[in-house]
Amino acid sequence: MTATLSVDRLRVGFSHRTGSIDAVDRVSLEIAPSECVGIVGESGSGKTQIFMAAMGLLPRNAQVSGSVRFEGNELLALDAPALNRVRGSKLTMIFQDPMTSLTPHLKIGTQLAEVMVAHLGVSWKDARSFAGRMLERVHVPEPQRRLNQYPHELSGGMRQRVMIAMSLLCEPSLVIADEPTTALDVTIQAQIIELLRAVRGEFGMALVLISHDLAVVAGLADRILVMYAGNVVENSIAAELFRHPRHPYTAELLKCMPSVSGPRLARLPTLAGQPPRPGELLEACPFAPRCSRAADRCRIERPQLSGSPASQVACHFPLSA
Amino acid sequence: MNNTLLRVRDLRVDFGAHAVVRGVNFDLSAGETVGLVGESGSGKSTLARAILRLLQAAQGSVEFLGLDLLKCPPAALRAQRRGLQIVFQDPLASLDPRMTVGETIAEPLKVFEPGLSAGARRQKVGDMLQRVGLSSEMSGRYPHEFSGGQCQRIGIARAMILSPKLLICDEIVSSLDVSIQGQIVNLLLDLQDAGMAVLFISHNLAVVRHLCHRVLVMYLGKLVEIAPCDALFASPVHPYTRALLAAVPHMPRAAVAAAPAASGEPAASGEVDAPGDVDAPGEVAALDLTASGCAFRARCLYALPVCETRDPPLLEVAPGHWAACHRSHETLNPLSWEPV
Repeated sequence: MTATLSVDRLRVGFSHRTGSIDAVDRVSLEIAPSECVGIVGESGSGKTQIFMAAMGLLPRNAQVSGSVRFEGNELLALDAPALNRVRGSKLTMIFQDPMTSLTPHLKIGTQLAEVMVAHLGVSWKDARSFAGRMLERVHVPEPQRRLNQYPHELSGGMRQRVMIAMSLLCEPSLVIADEPTTALDVTIQAQIIELLRAVRGEFGMALVLISHDLAVVAGLADRILVMYAGNVVENSIAAELFRHPRHPYTAELLKCMPSVSGPRLARLPTLAGQPPRPGELLEACPFAPRCSRAADRCRIERPQLSGSPASQVACHFPLSA
Repeated sequence: MNNTLLRVRDLRVDFGAHAVVRGVNFDLSAGETVGLVGESGSGKSTLARAILRLLQAAQGSVEFLGLDLLKCPPAALRAQRRGLQIVFQDPLASLDPRMTVGETIAEPLKVFEPGLSAGARRQKVGDMLQRVGLSSEMSGRYPHEFSGGQCQRIGIARAMILSPKLLICDEIVSSLDVSIQGQIVNLLLDLQDAGMAVLFISHNLAVVRHLCHRVLVMYLGKLVEIAPCDALFASPVHPYTRALLAAVPHMPRAAVAAAPAASGEPAASGEVDAPGDVDAPGEVAALDLTASGCAFRARCLYALPVCETRDPPLLEVAPGHWAACHRSHETLNPLSWEPV
């Protein structure tokens, strides 16, 4: 079976005045059809840049090497018109801030219909009526009225529902949701997670859920990739990751998450130090300076991701499963 | 704790025709950490700014150490503010990019202790930097040279340099990564141990739970529940509070049990819990001021006819535990309530 998305030794670097820094460092990953994969990491870990590279949305000073294949086709080799046939139809993305990702001066109905007119070649009239039905499927109340409204007239949660509707219009194979609930209040976040769960069941597409919050990913993802300093450090079945984190960074991250249940703590666990600056540790394990298990080997040899399909870890001294 | 530091009474703030804070009453004792939670638009930050008189309240009083800040003349207000400091959400935006960190932290001292020599001021700034976990050598650097977590420490150092009685923290961990967030919370726990009172505004209930003695829950400009922290999380009464708690995504059991070493619970199930059921359908809507009744009723699964007509007052349901809900007297275990 062909993977829906297959990333191989992807490197994303950004050049600037004093040289070049790597935001994504030789990352490989696969996403199977109708699989939900969570990508978790702190700011700057490179989790968004992988998918910006796949979508061809990186800024001009970015340098990309490696391979990103979508349903067998190399995306990095495509020119803009060819890429435009894929992105927005079969490969779609939902962003964190639904206000800035909708066009402020176009009505919701126009923005939704435009996608289908451009990709499917249907008439504006048909596209509009389909857009209304799609809004209904993502539980936007009064969908017909919304079609004639502008983005600023909708609440944040409602705008995110519109974004989700837009991502589903052309029956995508893969939807990438980048921090889709981070800008939303907690009750609305719960509604959007429920909606993503429901549309995944209904449309059967693969879903990538990028988040800094393990708890948000926990409820949806089949598999979770943990990123640190431009590297995938762990790739495990979700339940396995929470039960037996193998990479010391994953274990620390889980410990750091305060909870609304369980005992109250006198002090919250913290992770000392900072992630390395990009380009700082080329041949060492990037987590070694903050790791309690680090030995000499970790400072001279970068560990590669290895293990069974259920649980892969990039660590010379992983925690036992 | 009878040692009242801050007494807020009937505080109301209007933005044009909209009432954003609608008659808020609460006390805060010396050394107490009080959490203020609610969704965006509930009026949390507006309440904080009205307390500091950074914006004008329409009515009510804010007594700090017995003096009404809303009525006192500017000179007296400035003197009072020495004891009442705020740390803002965006750590970088709230620091002047053209001032060194040392100058930023020293500025309150120049205002309130003009007699202090430059050497003594430098000493104080250096000590404060160390207290917030930075080093005194950093005082010559500029804000852009620091990470978000470090900038937040600098904001806290600036607020702490005058040894205020009360620190207002407005979403100070919201923009930080989880590993950094814990460091800032622990710093506040240290300040708490040193006897400082904190009003901690946050939408992050897990952080509030670990930090606060008491919690205020705000919905559309009103406090709907006030409770000791443990009671709020163990037995929330107001349907809105319960919806908020239910909406927090839960970590799978194994991870939660593994985190605190003291829990002693075996990491057993590893079942991936879904985020809680959505107990508050719909969204916060702008409030129609002409409408009567409870502001939460449109989203409430338990609303009765009386909720349409009468705004429920805050009533004490258990010692120190107050809730503004017509059904709060029915039982302390709202799980037994019948949805209507």
